[in-house]
Formats: sequence, C-alpha cells, structure tokens
Amino acid sequence: MIALLMRDLRLAFRAGGGFGLGLAFFLIVTVLVPFSVGPQSQLLTTIAPGILWLGALLACLLSLDRLLALDWEDGSLDLLATAPLPLESIVSVKALAHWLTTGLPLVLAAPLLGVLLNLAPPGYVWVVISLALGTPALSVIGTFGAALTVGLKRGGLLLSLLVLPLYVPTLIFGAEVARRGAQGMEVTTPLLMLAGITAGVIALLPFASAAVLRVNLR
Amino acid sequence: MSLTVTDLSVARGGLPVLEGVSFTVPDGGALILRGPNGVGKTTLLRTIAGLQPALAGMVTGAEDRIAYAAHSDGIKPTLSVAENLIFWAQVFGAGGIDAALDAYALAPLRDRPAGALSAGQKRRLGLSRLMVTARPVWVFDEPTVSLDRDAVAMFAGAVRAHLKQGGAAIMATHIELGIEAEVLELAPYRAALDAVDAFEESFL
Repeated sequence: MIALLMRDLRLAFRAGGGFGLGLAFFLIVTVLVPFSVGPQSQLLTTIAPGILWLGALLACLLSLDRLLALDWEDGSLDLLATAPLPLESIVSVKALAHWLTTGLPLVLAAPLLGVLLNLAPPGYVWVVISLALGTPALSVIGTFGAALTVGLKRGGLLLSLLVLPLYVPTLIFGAEVARRGAQGMEVTTPLLMLAGITAGVIALLPFASAAVLRVNLR
Repeated sequence: MSLTVTDLSVARGGLPVLEGVSFTVPDGGALILRGPNGVGKTTLLRTIAGLQPALAGMVTGAEDRIAYAAHSDGIKPTLSVAENLIFWAQVFGAGGIDAALDAYALAPLRDRPAGALSAGQKRRLGLSRLMVTARPVWVFDEPTVSLDRDAVAMFAGAVRAHLKQGGAAIMATHIELGIEAEVLELAPYRAALDAVDAFEESFL
C-alpha cells in the first residue's frame, strides 16, 4: 500500500503529473472573483468564505478525471486488480494520494488567498480548519465518481455531473463553518456535521468504489 | 498444486464466446491456447486471472497464484525502468529486480524513463514484471507482440527457467516458442449463438 502511495505521489510530481494544477486553478478563481465583483471590500468580506470553498471544490474536481483513468489506459489497473492488494485499499490509497497532492495544498494556500478576498480576521483559522476537515471527503467522493466513469472515453464531464451533487452536503457545512467563523459566531454544529460527513464517507465509500470498479473492469 | 479449469463458459460484452472449456495445467507444465481472432482467448485468460466472472464452470488453484500479463503493460512513462519494476516487486511483496532485469537484458536501460523505451523494450519490461511477482502461475496474452527474434528467445528462456522451478504458464500465442507445452485449440469450444429465427431475421 505504501508502495502504491509513493508511486502515485512520485507520478504526480513528475512531468505531466498534474501536481499544482488544482492549486493554480484555485489561485486563478479567487483572483478573478474580486475582478468580477469590483472594488467593494465590504461585499468581498461577506462572500469570501463561500468563494474560497467553491474554489477549493472546483479545484478538487479538476484533477479527478486523471485519478483512475490514467491507470486504466495503460493497463495498470487490471494488473493492480490481480495483485495481492484488495481493491478497497487501492481506491483508498488513491484517494489519499489525491488529497495529498490536491486537497492539502489547497488547505495551506487558503489563508493566503483569503487576503485577496479581504476575509475577516477571525475567519482565517476556520477556513483552514473547515477545508482540512472537508477536502478529504471531496477526494474520497471524487474517487467514487472516478471509479464509476473509468473506461469511458471523455468521461470527465459525466464525472463532474455525478460528483458535484454529492459534494453538496460537504460544501454546505464547510462553507457554513467558514462563514460563521468569519463572523465570530458559534461553529460547533456545522463543524460536527462536516466532520461526520467526512468520517462516514471515508468509512463507507471505498467499498462502493471497489465494487463499481470490479464491475467496470469486467 | 495444479491449476484446473472445469467446464468453463465465458462471455464477452454479454455474449457467451466459449463453452465447456476444461484443462489442467500441472506444476512445471505449460499450456498454449490457440484459435482465430475473436474466439475468446483474452476473455478466457481474464476469467482465469479473476478479472471477470465466469458464466459457468470453475477455476481452481488460481486464487492468489496468478501473475497476469495483458495486452498493455501497465508501464508508467515518467518512472524509470527500475522504478517501474521496484513498484511491482513491492506490491507483490517479492524480492529484488536484478534477476528480472538480467533475464530480459534491461540492465543497461535501468535508469532510463520508461516513456523513452521502444515498443519492444516496453514489452520486455512488461514481461519482466512477472518475474518480480513471485507468483507460480504466469498467464500471458500474446506475449511476443513487437518482440524481435532475440527478445522472443529471452522470453522463452525466462518461461523455461520458470517451469523448471516448478512454475506453470498459460499463454495465448501463435508463435512457435520452443517450449514444451500442451496446445489447446479453442475453436471447437466456440459457444453456439442462439439461432436467429425467421421473424427476427427480417429486421436484421
């Protein structure tokens, strides 16, 4: 399992691996928002948590279609399926590698981009916490979507259509934590909901992903 | 422990292609599958490897003993030859990669990115992967595609050495490899498609 994780990380950092793609996308989206909204710092402060969350979510989505499709195309997915690793752990490791190369950089970059959006000072901590809790769920749900669409030519759009609705609960509670945090309100309830969704998704979805992958490999 | 296939029926794209295939490959033995294109060689091999379920019949002695070499080699172009092999060796929990590199004359290419290899060299890398799996039953699907004569000899040598150590091999190939093996002609096992009746025929 560690070998697979190291390989995926190494592939992501090598040429054409796509590391930083999501991060750059996140950066561009959050830079474009002030341009489109105009110089109204009050309005930006209001919408900053939501924009940060939406940007992170779309950035996560961007790299999902490479998650399993590349391994499918060159045949390694078939070979991995016949390896001693159970498919459940393969998809979990792949989701973890996706989070480490996409989700984690977003979490770390979010406070920096918060400055561009004139985020209220108490919000920085909560944006980071909510993203750190929420992005693992985005990666795991995304792996499920990637498993559903593996083997389809041009499956990227279908993948987005399948995955985005599943992202809704995470987005609602994640952005709610960030918004309440920025306004100095109580955040416990949405924070617990967000953590619960992430924990549940991590516990259950790898089994679903492995099951659909088995069907798709036939 | 030998690999036994009993009355196996396999389907491709929902249509049965082979019916009632039975054979036994003992330890140290090899089996060569032959048959025209589309008869179901790949489908049969994928079923034996456990990648798809059988329609009927049983495969025994295959559980966690098969190393499968498909049409595509599963090579990552941005990793070096050694990194590709080391990854598979680690996944299968097997030992070093030097024997595999030597058997297919890949040692001089060790640190080259796999994306810069020729088609034949990639194929050799793909075949050498089976040597680092430490699995006893090797399953090959058209292993000699894009190999030159020397490389085919290397492949045959590697398989012969594997058989001598008590391993087994099943391969779909049309090339004479000089390996002592039973040959199974698959054409007689072709599944009979349901006859199209006159009513349906008028719509075809």
